[in-house]
Amino acid sequence: GQCGNQVGCRFWDLALREHAAVNKKGIYDEALSSFFRNVDTRSGGDGPDIYKGKICSLKARALLIDMEEGVVNEILQGPLRDLFDSKQLITDVSGSGNNWAVGHKLYGYQYRENIVEKLRKTAEHCDCLQCFFIIHSMGGGTGSGLGTFVLNVLEDEFPEVYRFVTSVYPSGEDDVITSPYNSVLAMKELNEHADCVLPIENESLFDIVNKIHQMISSGKLGSTVKQNSLVTSSAGSARTVQEKPFDAMNNIVANLLLNLTSSARFEGSLNMDLNEISMNLVPFPRLHYLVSSLTPLYTLADVNVPSRRLDQMFSDAFSRDHQLIQADPKHSLYLACALLVRGNVQVSDLRRNIERLKPSLHFVSWNQEGWKTGLCSVPPVGHSHSLLALANNTCVKPTFTELKDRFMKLYKKKAHLHHYLHIDGMEQSCFSEAISSLSDLIEEYNELDATKGGPRTDPSRLEIAI
Amino acid sequence: MSIVTVQLGQCGNQIGREVFNAICSDVHGTHGLCSKKENESYRDACKERFFCEEETEVPVARAVLVDMEPKVISQTLSMAARSGYWKYDDRSRFCQKQGSGNNWANGYSVHGPRHKEVIMNLVQKEAEKCDRLGGFFTIMSMAGGTGSGLGAFVTQCLRDAFPTSFILNHVIWPYGTGEVIVQNYNSVLTLSHLYQSSDAILVHENDVIHKICSQLMNIKQISFRDVNQVIAHQLGSVFQPTYTAEGGLHYSRNPLGSFQDPSLYTSWLNPRDAFNAWKTPRAFNKYEKSASLVSNSQFLLKPLDNVVGKAWNMFASKAYIHQYTKFGIEEEDFLDSFTALEQVISSYTIL
Repeated sequence: GQCGNQVGCRFWDLALREHAAVNKKGIYDEALSSFFRNVDTRSGGDGPDIYKGKICSLKARALLIDMEEGVVNEILQGPLRDLFDSKQLITDVSGSGNNWAVGHKLYGYQYRENIVEKLRKTAEHCDCLQCFFIIHSMGGGTGSGLGTFVLNVLEDEFPEVYRFVTSVYPSGEDDVITSPYNSVLAMKELNEHADCVLPIENESLFDIVNKIHQMISSGKLGSTVKQNSLVTSSAGSARTVQEKPFDAMNNIVANLLLNLTSSARFEGSLNMDLNEISMNLVPFPRLHYLVSSLTPLYTLADVNVPSRRLDQMFSDAFSRDHQLIQADPKHSLYLACALLVRGNVQVSDLRRNIERLKPSLHFVSWNQEGWKTGLCSVPPVGHSHSLLALANNTCVKPTFTELKDRFMKLYKKKAHLHHYLHIDGMEQSCFSEAISSLSDLIEEYNELDATKGGPRTDPSRLEIAI
Repeated sequence: MSIVTVQLGQCGNQIGREVFNAICSDVHGTHGLCSKKENESYRDACKERFFCEEETEVPVARAVLVDMEPKVISQTLSMAARSGYWKYDDRSRFCQKQGSGNNWANGYSVHGPRHKEVIMNLVQKEAEKCDRLGGFFTIMSMAGGTGSGLGAFVTQCLRDAFPTSFILNHVIWPYGTGEVIVQNYNSVLTLSHLYQSSDAILVHENDVIHKICSQLMNIKQISFRDVNQVIAHQLGSVFQPTYTAEGGLHYSRNPLGSFQDPSLYTSWLNPRDAFNAWKTPRAFNKYEKSASLVSNSQFLLKPLDNVVGKAWNMFASKAYIHQYTKFGIEEEDFLDSFTALEQVISSYTIL
């Protein structure tokens, strides 16, 4: 969809920037191979893959899907065009009309074979396929409908490969009237078929962009900010022309994905792979929605970093200003928490800060020490260190209950339903099952919340006869 | 008398490198504070024990490196080679790409059986290079997926393939507060399985080593490298060639054999047998005098009880269990492990 491809475009751009900063010799290494193929294009067109040696032509390991041509065409005409070849694209002309049913049932059915074939091709190019990332929005038709259709296909065709989904949720004031329908219908698919979901809200991205603007224009920073360190910036990337409206916000999401995968790509003293994220942060299969927060948002150019600054970074990760969704984890219940640190940070810094922050956070009774940590030596571009915090916390519940309320407002009046129901394969039961799935999820969070602050009775241990 | 080291997972490989480094630098040190002949005798014994002498090159560590992801082994091999004093055998390594995901079941039930043949072949090759095989030394953490799960599986295989050899497992006890959320599950599963095949389990707790770094060594920003170097130093000093009480002119004592004694130091054990002291005039790593204490006592009772308690607490709520059953470790397997460890705890408690 449009959102997915626009975020994706920023992701590939910033990924190249990150690798270029570390990879001075232009050698195609393990780190690059996680996201890129190296293709020999000297004989023209699509040559064979080169696994070692100098970089020839990098191709993104990606599938770009949109039922409109506009966004994908723009990517193919822009500076990143060489990253993609025609075999990685699936486009149509008319779009999905902000209708989940059109995306999922109509286009899904129509393009299934094509999708499977192209997925197989990209998988074949991989030595060891560990994870699929899906980037989409929930409120529209293609990203939401066709996106979740693809999620199903991934589970069917590649059951052992992890499925991480980055989903942009619509806000209350979303101008797409049917976005609640699309989102709830998509939620059911995410509940059942995703391993991990990182919900993102435009409001939060917008707040971060504003905050940075304010800081810079108010002159409060004193010394200059390193342009390429801004979490919203495209500085140093291929995008040299005037930035597009959503670029700053999309850069934040792109940085999220880069930080999430940093320890899988680069070395460190305590590696954290994607399967470890899923393993440690998902205690029960359906409770796989993770709140993410990124810090720092920028770095000042000429400041040395005493450890007090380092501690500030950890505090910021637990501040609402740095979260990518509107939620309040400090007043809700943590099921699990992960800290992915990059750069010059050592285990003692980690331990000191966990000890410091722990008392103000509420963890579920059976996971009082529920921290998963990773140390990656390579910092992001422009920074000496950074932190990505991922929390499995009941604070996501309000996002879901609000979504449910907006859905019910429309559904009670049967507003716009006919647009959906006249699509082949779409029935009333799709709606009732979807809302039921969402309600069940909310109930699971409720049950956990009920345990918060209650008396702590540890289960009695096994008794052994000597 | 040689020892084959098996380095498992990120922790195992990172520590292993520091251990060989410590031993090598000790061997090459000029502060032996003893006679030249003594030094040579020590040196030869040490080299024989841990390294294989190649014709024209630097000594090659008698080690097999195993990991389910490639980055750590790559780093370990290159860092060793860069020292110029020793290296690993490039072929004595086995790695995959996807890691074990901190999942004991993945390490034990999936990677273990799948790669058993290849790994055991590498071990066999190293064993054959030894004139006299003293036994096996494995290095692993309990918290993750490879060191713990695959480590437990490999230990079992070692026991099956070498029924009369000594197997010493060096196990790293994770920090109490989070390195890995499922570390208590992984620890319980690892220990209960190691108990069946291992001769002795030597433990280092990250929390304790961390304290050593901060309080005794005054290191401000403690890195895992610092922690690993302390551990390596301790291990090196335990494994350095020494003379047995009966004297003798040769460094022939099998450092692993003395751990074979399974009996507890209770009142019914002759005190003379309970305490063994080994000495050597040759100093270790520039210390004028040093002493290492390895003990089998109730010292580990509290940490063990802690870990089992937290794991049980989590198990009661069934949290994360689906991640293990996915790879073939069922609730009954967990219960078996809990039972085994509760028995160990009781045994130590009633001493």
